[in-house]
Amino acid sequence: MSQQHIQPEVTPEMVETHGLTPDEYEKIKEILGREPNYTELGIFSVMWSEHCSYKNSISLIKTLPRDGDNLLAKAGEENAGAVDIGDGMAIVFKIESHNHPSAVEPYQGAATGVGGILRDIFTMGARPIAALNSLRFGSPDNPRVRYLVDGVVRGIGDYGNAFGVPTVGGEVYFDDCYTGNPLINAMAVGIMETEKIASATAEGNGNPIMIVGSKTGRDGIHGATFASEDLSEKSESQRSSVQVGDPFTEKLLVEATLEIIKKDLIVGIQDMGAAGITCSSSEMSAKGESGIEINIEEVPVREEKMTPYEILLSESQERMLVCVKKGMTDAVTEVFDKWGLDSKVVGKVTDDKLFTVKLNGEIVSQIPSDCLVLGGGAPIYKRETKRPTYMDEIVKINLDDYSLDRDWNDTLLTMLASPNICRKSWVYDQYDSMVRTNTAVGPGSDAAVLRLRKTDKALAMTTDCNARYCYVNPRRGGQAAVTEAARNIVCSGGQPLAITNCLNFGNPYKPEIYYGFTEAIGGMGDACRVFNTPVTGGNVSFYNEDPDRAVFPTPTIGMIGLIEHLDHITTQWFKNNGDAIFMLGENKEELGASEYLHTIYNVTKGDVPELDLDAEKKMQDALLTAIRNGLINSAHDCSEGGLATAIAECCISNEDDKIGATIKLDDSIRVDALLFGETLSRIVISCSVSDADKLAEHFKSAGVACRQIGTVGGTELTINDTISLPLAQMTTAFYDSMTEKIEKVS
Amino acid sequence: MKFGVVTFPGSNCDYDAYAAVRHVVGEEVEFLWHKSNDLLGSDVIILPGGFTYGDYLRSGAIAKFSPIMESVIKFANSGGKVIGICNGFQVLTESGLLPGALIRNEHLRFSCKYVHLKVSNNQTVYTSACKQGDVLKIPIAHGEGNYYNFDGDIKTLEDNNQIIFRYCDENGDVNEQSNPNGSINNIAGISNKEGNVLGMMPHPERAVEKILGSTDGLKLFESLQMAFSKTSIGG
Repeated sequence: MSQQHIQPEVTPEMVETHGLTPDEYEKIKEILGREPNYTELGIFSVMWSEHCSYKNSISLIKTLPRDGDNLLAKAGEENAGAVDIGDGMAIVFKIESHNHPSAVEPYQGAATGVGGILRDIFTMGARPIAALNSLRFGSPDNPRVRYLVDGVVRGIGDYGNAFGVPTVGGEVYFDDCYTGNPLINAMAVGIMETEKIASATAEGNGNPIMIVGSKTGRDGIHGATFASEDLSEKSESQRSSVQVGDPFTEKLLVEATLEIIKKDLIVGIQDMGAAGITCSSSEMSAKGESGIEINIEEVPVREEKMTPYEILLSESQERMLVCVKKGMTDAVTEVFDKWGLDSKVVGKVTDDKLFTVKLNGEIVSQIPSDCLVLGGGAPIYKRETKRPTYMDEIVKINLDDYSLDRDWNDTLLTMLASPNICRKSWVYDQYDSMVRTNTAVGPGSDAAVLRLRKTDKALAMTTDCNARYCYVNPRRGGQAAVTEAARNIVCSGGQPLAITNCLNFGNPYKPEIYYGFTEAIGGMGDACRVFNTPVTGGNVSFYNEDPDRAVFPTPTIGMIGLIEHLDHITTQWFKNNGDAIFMLGENKEELGASEYLHTIYNVTKGDVPELDLDAEKKMQDALLTAIRNGLINSAHDCSEGGLATAIAECCISNEDDKIGATIKLDDSIRVDALLFGETLSRIVISCSVSDADKLAEHFKSAGVACRQIGTVGGTELTINDTISLPLAQMTTAFYDSMTEKIEKVS
Repeated sequence: MKFGVVTFPGSNCDYDAYAAVRHVVGEEVEFLWHKSNDLLGSDVIILPGGFTYGDYLRSGAIAKFSPIMESVIKFANSGGKVIGICNGFQVLTESGLLPGALIRNEHLRFSCKYVHLKVSNNQTVYTSACKQGDVLKIPIAHGEGNYYNFDGDIKTLEDNNQIIFRYCDENGDVNEQSNPNGSINNIAGISNKEGNVLGMMPHPERAVEKILGSTDGLKLFESLQMAFSKTSIGG
């Protein structure tokens, strides 16, 4: 090809190191009608990587419910899902993983995870209004884990804080299965005027293509391929696959991007995340059923002598590819100049449906766009599944193995201090959760709530997944993750609207892993259909394994819900002395897969508690009606740690105003199951005494099990004759534990 | 009374300050662009929170060279009212409009939470709506808010009543437990000797509506409103 640009010869070894199978290579030759050159091999390698092509997941993902009346952008159509919330406004939201980069370089890995998801939001024309994070690590007793926690939290904080988006919620879990392969899932939520939605398309023959934002460097080359392999000792040497984030540039980029969209200067825009220019060019042109021609020498670079291969695969952050309306390039440049950012015409839209790269006029790569992308020519596989043998063993449990001769006060304190239950303020105090002054409920309640300016409405948002459930019983675990997210939204006063998901699993080529993946998706789909929460998009992260093990199947659910009126905003903590405490749902003798067994006995045994999705839906609907009717003073879902933990949290989770409770439970089940069993579909609520009868009647007529279990008040929590603890003691256990565990020097 | 809120590249609380003044306090307000040197006739300038120019060098170190700061410094030196909030406070110390420096939090971590502030001097245009010793609940959100100055200069600040806010507990006790960042003498906000320039790490603009958790930040704006209505009646 080019005289000036000599490309290395493609060898079978090179094909293998690019992560392509012999079959895939044959398919490439078929598409091109010839052997690919080195640059083209690189392009196929990233575009057909798991990360970009979803080749091993897409056929299952398509089984999830993806339709809804109020969806403006469906899963896979745009950079993020968009939901119409009325008043001419739409919510754009998405969750994405940055697991592998964070395992190797926690600070930059997490920071760029936040940066990437924010770009997915504002590239659609939406102003990011909130960020959430779902984080999973190994045991905090491990010093490397503490290093990872510290780096990840700083990375998220430094990026989001400087960008100016409030980080309002999420979750932090610890389990040995995440020791070498932490899960860092970042979610962002944005708001926009419905009519201003921008599309990730390139069309209109001759329209100019511009790169805006940062210059292109050598960072992050082959990041997408890196994310599509198991982590190993080799991973440490692949640090150059981790990008470096610059939140200051991103802050300028959001302002400039929203300005060019608002001024109607562009046809389409896409952020450059995984696989950089290559991915954005091929996806935008494939979507527009057009072609794109890039003049590689025009791309602003920050390092010398970069080859086309490097420029095309660079994952340098804070860049966007823009298809500009003809005649508007000067106007775009004016906006970017104002914000001190580069903007440069690097190519144009063509009508040949090819992604063509030229260096000084010579073609160095030419591939049909459609053949590179998901839904086009990228391979699609349905992998073999095999039910893992451990699943039949793990569900067996003999409750006689677990003594009832315990000090239950001590046990509750141990539970409140356990890493998965204790208050995570050590983490979220490092995040600015209040910037933009919309945060009505920040981290630490069932869901975060942001008021929506210029309306009387608010938005509830949460991330949820009990991965231990998914390990034991992936189908029910998948159902439970969606169900818990919906329960958290409803407990906060919201109507669940839609979900985004981040599917973190091991190597899909292992049939046992793929079984878990298949089942978990099935479970999520079951629940999404019941709760009318379509899947608007998200991301799949496979190969989450270290040399010792795979992570638990972890389908993290990000859910948003609409709170119709600010008066409906509800928090988990008890409010007033004398309020009546009710419990919705039933207490059953279910200790399986519980945090209690894990914390106290260090075992995972027994099946996941039963889940009746229709009954749960009925309960949530009835609770939402009660909230809207002004009957509810607090609502808290019962999850990890069971009923005793949930009630303790109701007492002490409001830092400014802790309040005791007296609880009487007349169930005749084992005391450990009563206090700490995790029977699903239970909610602890409180109301004024004067509303108590009305409340009981409301749930009775709705056919929802509801009974008064106690009264708010005092400075202690007492449960039957079993628990009697001063608030101060529970507070110490719950509030101080995280700091002690993470800041421990050893 | 007209407010001007400066937007530097990297400012991210500029809109919050603007919204608080315009929609809650109900006064006139305009954004002031960092490349301009026109204060647009503002009576009070707010330097908002954020990370000016990324703050990769030292917080506020580059902002002081921007064209708008030339005008802000002149304005302050001729008695104009200037409030620096969080990063704005850092810009003020870097610019020499306020003494001392804001260094890394003692625990070396960013910290965002509600804190309590004791009004140590209510004889300023910013605090006249408070009683001496009032306790205000206002959030902080910073990584470098640890106020530092030399002993002699701290004494000067004390002697001149330039310490306006101190971190305290909910009962108004100024103690070590209530100090969120290691600031000397729990200093949360100071003024210049003349009292027309105020710098504070906590964010009053975030505490102006009940739904946000507190309305105590309004006291600052009410004080200014009182001061300006007196001026206009008198003048």
